Amino acid sequence: MALNRKIAYINLSNGEVETAPIPLEMRRLYLGGRGMDMYLLYNHTKQGIDPLGPENVFLVSAGILVGTLASASARTHMAAKSPLTGFVGSTNMGGFFAPELRWAGFDHLVIKGKAKKPVYLWINDGAIEVRDASHLWGLGVFDTQESIRQELGDEEVKVLCCGPAGEKLVRFANVMTGLKNAGGRTGMGAVMGSKNLKAIAVRGTMDIEIKHPEQALEYDEQMINKVNRTKFAQIMQKWGTMFIYGVTNSTGLIRCRNFQLNQLVGGDIECEHIEEVSFGTEGCFGCVIHCRHKYIIKEGPYAGVYAQGPEYTSQGAFGMEVGCNNFNTILVGNHLVNTYGLDTLETGSMIAWAMELYEKGILTDEDTDGLKLEWGNDEAVIEMIHRIAERKGLGDILAEGPLRAAAKIGKDSLKYNIQVKGMSNLHSDERPTPALALGIATSSRGSDHLRSRPAIDLYHLPEPVLRKIYSNPTPYDGPLTSNYSDYEGKPRQVQWQEMVYEAVDCLGICKYHTIFLSPNLLSFDEFSKLLYYNTGLEMSPLEIWEVADRAYTMERLFNIREGLTREHDWLVDRYFDEPTPVGLPIVRGKKLDREKFKKMIDEYYELHGWDENGVPRPETLEKLGLDKEPSHKL
Amino acid sequence: MQKILLVDSEKCTGCRACEMVCSVKHEGVSNPTRSRIHVIKWEAEGFALPMICQQCESPPCMAVCPKDAISRDEELGRVVIDYDLCIGCKMCVAACPFGGMGIDTVARRVVKCDLCDGDPTCVRFCQPEALQYVPASTLNLRKKRDAGLRFAELMSRFA
Repeated sequence: MALNRKIAYINLSNGEVETAPIPLEMRRLYLGGRGMDMYLLYNHTKQGIDPLGPENVFLVSAGILVGTLASASARTHMAAKSPLTGFVGSTNMGGFFAPELRWAGFDHLVIKGKAKKPVYLWINDGAIEVRDASHLWGLGVFDTQESIRQELGDEEVKVLCCGPAGEKLVRFANVMTGLKNAGGRTGMGAVMGSKNLKAIAVRGTMDIEIKHPEQALEYDEQMINKVNRTKFAQIMQKWGTMFIYGVTNSTGLIRCRNFQLNQLVGGDIECEHIEEVSFGTEGCFGCVIHCRHKYIIKEGPYAGVYAQGPEYTSQGAFGMEVGCNNFNTILVGNHLVNTYGLDTLETGSMIAWAMELYEKGILTDEDTDGLKLEWGNDEAVIEMIHRIAERKGLGDILAEGPLRAAAKIGKDSLKYNIQVKGMSNLHSDERPTPALALGIATSSRGSDHLRSRPAIDLYHLPEPVLRKIYSNPTPYDGPLTSNYSDYEGKPRQVQWQEMVYEAVDCLGICKYHTIFLSPNLLSFDEFSKLLYYNTGLEMSPLEIWEVADRAYTMERLFNIREGLTREHDWLVDRYFDEPTPVGLPIVRGKKLDREKFKKMIDEYYELHGWDENGVPRPETLEKLGLDKEPSHKL
Repeated sequence: MQKILLVDSEKCTGCRACEMVCSVKHEGVSNPTRSRIHVIKWEAEGFALPMICQQCESPPCMAVCPKDAISRDEELGRVVIDYDLCIGCKMCVAACPFGGMGIDTVARRVVKCDLCDGDPTCVRFCQPEALQYVPASTLNLRKKRDAGLRFAELMSRFA
């Protein structure tokens, strides 16, 4: 059945492999994917370890619904102590790796130690082998995957790997599968590199039993139609996430020139440009949204290269943030980060920060080896991507991430960096939107829009609609407001979104199929049915919420154990001191109010059952069954 | 009215939903290796093509079957296996030029697309409509329309 997938413990130091079943009791507590990974992370690491040392653990998992009839059940989750932040490392990607892992008999991999030389794992129908990867070291992301498929003589093998950036321990190196599916955030590629683990290859031909196949087929068809009927899906199918730029840029909700402007004034990098280079779209496993374009670069030194994407994130990283107004730079930058295995978001943000430091004279031509790090210098942006991935010159410093780089550069460089907990923010400007600002401030993995962003707050939905969404499956009768400029009621929205994103990450469903960018998509009620029809596991919407709450609180416990305090749930001063210079009247001249923001955080802690320092109260831990952790059940 | 399962590779997004729903429909499990349809991919080129039994008018699988276990069902325009007669010799698998005949190693028998008795599940789940179940007699009209559009575009360019 779908619930008989195993957990494998792999020690790279001595090559030992052990497998074990996953008890049903643990499924009911954590489901799978990110939830179970958080349990494993807390239980299999000791306080204060070096994230890039052999004592860190690298966790790879499939959500509990992966490979089943739940639309877009494609997600792989990876976790470790983050080398970027020192807190929870957690990242999630689509593609075809996770379903193949399940067909090969596994849901969770716990990888420990460090191999003496480069290796990759070969997982085939229940068997796990550690193989030499010396010949793969240094290869780009896609070449690595193709080489492994050739070596194993099977085109159907699915591979996740780190790129050269991960090998060089760039602290925001990502893990990738396919041409563009990336587990981008928190530097999981560097963790792979630190373990001499180049890749994991999987092939599986084992059944995943669908508990109630007829109902599962019927219900999935309903869900697909529900997704397809949304305007959001229809737009995504055509443009991918880049469509968002049209709205956020014209409103004034993006970071341009690092944090100097909140619009790319006169910008010409609209999503429609993709039509000039795209020859179709591709979907992840079982997904009806198929949001990534297949494109061929047409101009410059990379002309003729085939790549996929780009996402809204790359549009910001190599467009707005660095002040570039050239669609081709976005296409090339996206291709390069996906080849080197770099987090596109962190890369763009670090370059934009360096550009502002260059403008301020904090970085000079001597620091940049003569590279003119000026706003809109397309060649300099591309060159910096190479230097970061190869750790050359200034790139070697930026490769260390915001806090370490700022410590090396010195002066008052840190104050210009837009980060939380040592991880850079998306190219979004949250000064006019307190709800979104609260989300990035409190996110368990550092500044991030995929942890809790109540994106539908931007739609000015009527209050009854908000009430319907945000008071289910746990009751809420506090304030909710349709105005995104307000501070009122927003903590509940952030908390609710945290829970729904944690839930989909446990299930292994893509966030684009839940209430993230459309209010009409799947939520806890639907999760409960999908879980029952596909796996037979009977859990109410409220019980699934409790799993999410338990897992998120576990992330909090991990972070607190690693030194997190209330001060870490805070934004850099620029959010409170510099008003937005441009944009629509509702966003122009806006900055956050420290007192009101502090009150929001108080409310947010209270909703979670955490005390004023953000520490879960004993009764909260007891309620969630976390009072005896670490419990070492897996 | 006989219908044909039409595959349009240009529309295929490579999501493989068809593989999964096929195996769930027929075997009650998610397992692409037991599916009747497979999305074959050339990842480096970004090309995906669903491959499935062509329901040949003169099927090589039928011709080589030593037990006459394979026949044509003219009502649905499909090629069917009579498992009471089949001895599992797999000659049909060897003979098919498209890989339309597969081996289910769990059920220990050869398997092929049966068009779900006239309501193909894969078609119902193919959002981009790369798979369509269309009347055979008018199948080429759509292609004529597409070709006509290209022709008209070409003419307007040189007019």
